[in-house]
Amino acid sequence: MSIQTPNGFTLDTSGTRIVVDPVTRIEGHLRCEVNLDEHNVIRNAVSSGTMWRALEVILKGRDPRDAWAFTERICGVCTGTHALTSVRAVEDALGIQIPENANSIRNIMQLTLQSHDHLVHFYHLHALDWVDVVSALNADPKATSTLAQSISAWPQSSPGWFRDVQNRLKRFVESGQLGPFMNGYWGNPAYKLPPEANLMAVAHYLEALDFQREIVKIHTVYGGKNPHPNWLVGGVPCAINVDGTGAVGAINMERLNLVSSIIDRTIDFIDQVYIPDLLAIASFYKDWTFGGGLSSRSVMSYGDIPERANDDSAANQLLPRGAIINGNLNEVHEVNLRDPEQIQEFVAHSWYSYKDENKGLHPWDGVTEPNFVLGPNTKGTRTNIQEIDEGAKYSWIKAPRWRGHAMEVGPLARWVIGYAQGTPEFKEPVEKVLTDLNLPVEALFSTLGRTAARGLEASWAVHKLRYFQDKLVANIKAGDSATANITKWDPDTWPREARGVGTTEAPRGALGHWIVIENGRIENYQAVVPTTWNGSPRDPAGNIGAFEAALMNTPVAVADQPLEILRTLHSFDPCLACSTHVMSPDGQELTRVKVR
Amino acid sequence: MPTTETFYEVMRRQGITRRSFLKFCSLTTAALGLSPAAAAQVVEAMQTKPRIPVLWLHGLECTCCSESFIRSAHPLVKDVVLSMISLDYDDTIMAASGHQAEAIIHEIREKYRGNYILAVEGNPPLNQDGMSCIIGGRPFLEQLKEAAADCKAVIAWGSCASWGCVQAAHPNPTHAVPIHQVIHDKPIIKVPGCPPIAEVMTAVITYLLTFERIPELDRQGRPKMFYGQRIHDKCYRRPHFDAGQFVERWDDEGARRGYCLYKMGCKGPTTYNACSTVRWNNGVSFPIQSGHGCIGCSEDGFWDKGSFYDHVTDTRVFGIEANADRVGLVAAGTVGAAVAAHATVSAYKRISKPATFGDSEPGESKQQTGDRS
Repeated sequence: MSIQTPNGFTLDTSGTRIVVDPVTRIEGHLRCEVNLDEHNVIRNAVSSGTMWRALEVILKGRDPRDAWAFTERICGVCTGTHALTSVRAVEDALGIQIPENANSIRNIMQLTLQSHDHLVHFYHLHALDWVDVVSALNADPKATSTLAQSISAWPQSSPGWFRDVQNRLKRFVESGQLGPFMNGYWGNPAYKLPPEANLMAVAHYLEALDFQREIVKIHTVYGGKNPHPNWLVGGVPCAINVDGTGAVGAINMERLNLVSSIIDRTIDFIDQVYIPDLLAIASFYKDWTFGGGLSSRSVMSYGDIPERANDDSAANQLLPRGAIINGNLNEVHEVNLRDPEQIQEFVAHSWYSYKDENKGLHPWDGVTEPNFVLGPNTKGTRTNIQEIDEGAKYSWIKAPRWRGHAMEVGPLARWVIGYAQGTPEFKEPVEKVLTDLNLPVEALFSTLGRTAARGLEASWAVHKLRYFQDKLVANIKAGDSATANITKWDPDTWPREARGVGTTEAPRGALGHWIVIENGRIENYQAVVPTTWNGSPRDPAGNIGAFEAALMNTPVAVADQPLEILRTLHSFDPCLACSTHVMSPDGQELTRVKVR
Repeated sequence: MPTTETFYEVMRRQGITRRSFLKFCSLTTAALGLSPAAAAQVVEAMQTKPRIPVLWLHGLECTCCSESFIRSAHPLVKDVVLSMISLDYDDTIMAASGHQAEAIIHEIREKYRGNYILAVEGNPPLNQDGMSCIIGGRPFLEQLKEAAADCKAVIAWGSCASWGCVQAAHPNPTHAVPIHQVIHDKPIIKVPGCPPIAEVMTAVITYLLTFERIPELDRQGRPKMFYGQRIHDKCYRRPHFDAGQFVERWDDEGARRGYCLYKMGCKGPTTYNACSTVRWNNGVSFPIQSGHGCIGCSEDGFWDKGSFYDHVTDTRVFGIEANADRVGLVAAGTVGAAVAAHATVSAYKRISKPATFGDSEPGESKQQTGDRS
């Protein structure tokens, strides 16, 4: 039996059901079920968020200046981005203006995260979907060296270098203890790289693991530690002192030099290792055009990386803002997070209840009551689920919609919007990649396109990192050392009631926090995060979410090995701890917000 | 005969001479406060030990512990994973998914009964029949208990597994509990912090491998070597505290001169951790050095002790139900007095016994602020 979804997909549940739980190499916990037809092609896809932590209700009654620390702990992988979103929401609510230096340092923090997170995602969460580790044992180190030197000037590329990595890998495999590579899908026919490309990628998997810990030292300089650096409502906590005594505790020339040298090395690593690897791997998978899902139809971005402080206009954001619907790239719609008609969350298929589950609610209107019930067609029991019933409630993730549309967010969404807006710094790199790989523009709307957009964005981010570090130094040179505005630090200076919205473009996509403050305390707090958008279950109208859409019509080489499913899910870089929502201990109503 | 690369071989392969290797071992021994005789034991262990299996489970968490772990500078996490332990299950990095992943837990339990380490990041929720954290269609709690049943010892990574952390903050809607509340029959090493310091995490693992015993723990189950002193005890801004030089407002002259952050809410005086000694990310900085007070993230219940900006340290009798401002009024005097008294004691010690200035013995240190003993 097949069903047509309003957003254009044909679901057929008649074939073999395959369950993947847990989906690994992601942040948090996710379950995926698909139905395969007689040709092993996915004809129905179900994505179920399998955790929640209820942080938003924990925030109720707290000091708004503390909220960044709580929300930062929503996710330790995209560390800092929730904290930045939170301080922006509080500053928006209270009308706090921040110094230019604080804006530059915040951008540096956010761009450091983009660079680091994309790099780690590519090598350590995603690469094993494309790279067969065991095949690397059969590579010729000399040929590997030739391959590496043909695509990059990265110096660690001699035959001896690759032979050494291969020997180490050999000893590791021969030990019989395969560690994280145990029970992998090695030898699956969906792996297409020759042994030499596999060996090169394994070598860079290890090099990237060594290098990534350097990048985050930028967070440590400005925020004291990573993961989970420190932030401040009104600015940044690190003071600047380049001339006076006692500068060991403040940003001085030595600290600025440390950051600068890390930026230079990160530019080298991303441009000489990540990007060439990405293109080399992509060239072997050009025929694997699956996984586009919603990306060619409905994408959204809130915009981020403000050029100047205290200007929230779209024109001031270096990452684009806007929404594209129904695949019409000629029209980029404005996105307004305060408009109750635009962003709404639905719970018809989520483990929560509303009074009227056919309707959606804006985050400022959010109601969340947990309701863990399984549908009549569930196989198994309440605490031992064999197959879920997607006709009923089936996920801890709500279903957010923009004007009723299921949307994809993330690097590909940002780059598609930048491309559609004709912005040269997005359009030109996209066109260059398509030309180099001899691919049409449609190839962008795929699993591979999503992975490629993330790489392009990492390179974009690290060069912008250089730009904002230089801007910070120029501003200090011009005599401005201010890092915090404390005129509204004292809660006595706040209005009795206030509400605000903060946004960022997290590595995984559009992130928004909505806050309501009353009498100096948090009255309500709601976060709608990238994986809520991408990992969304169905809505009352039957629209499927971005993960589900992207899995549709993908052939699976070996039914029992979910390699292609992982490949497409990982291309979104899922973050499940982020996508969880509020609940109450006994089902009593919580966090109802009165809109004034 | 399967070959296994030992720590010694790793170092040799990386061009480190045997002489340097031996030096490394004796320095390690000294750093751990052991007698020189133990150096031979370190050398022996580093050269010969095969890799012990580690199952690293994830409950309700944010993955910051895993992210911290991969930041380790010494040893490099690459060498930990390839040459020191066998990280057979860790859903954040493992290749396998679904039933191929779950099969690994059963295999390790069978094959290495009583001889693998269980590392836990995050914690189990008890509400909703445990189904607010589902792994393989079942509550995480079941996976946790099964993996714990046959392990040698448990490492509780971070504040989630050790204390409950943010999801257990008031009103703890999912009823998330620290793992010692559900695992009762195994030794548990708590390595708290949100997250813990990378080199502290890898040091705990290498200590287990090297000495084949659990490090000495304090009464709360934390390794004394890293959690025996307060951040305040070894803070490089401590002289400013003793001299009464404080940051009064963000970005004021005191902030630019690196004065003490106590008045900005710094929880260094009541937080047991190695941040001011080991520091973060290979020693680059730590929160206080970068201008923000310590928020006390390695302490039990640190989310519910009032605002991070009140210079108040809460005691457990004050829940969030009590107005934090009122708690502040009541407690500020007591704690302020305790800290002031401590400063006086320090000043006195400095005069009478200069050698012990700034040090506090793990046993006695708990008494000095008058709480949490």
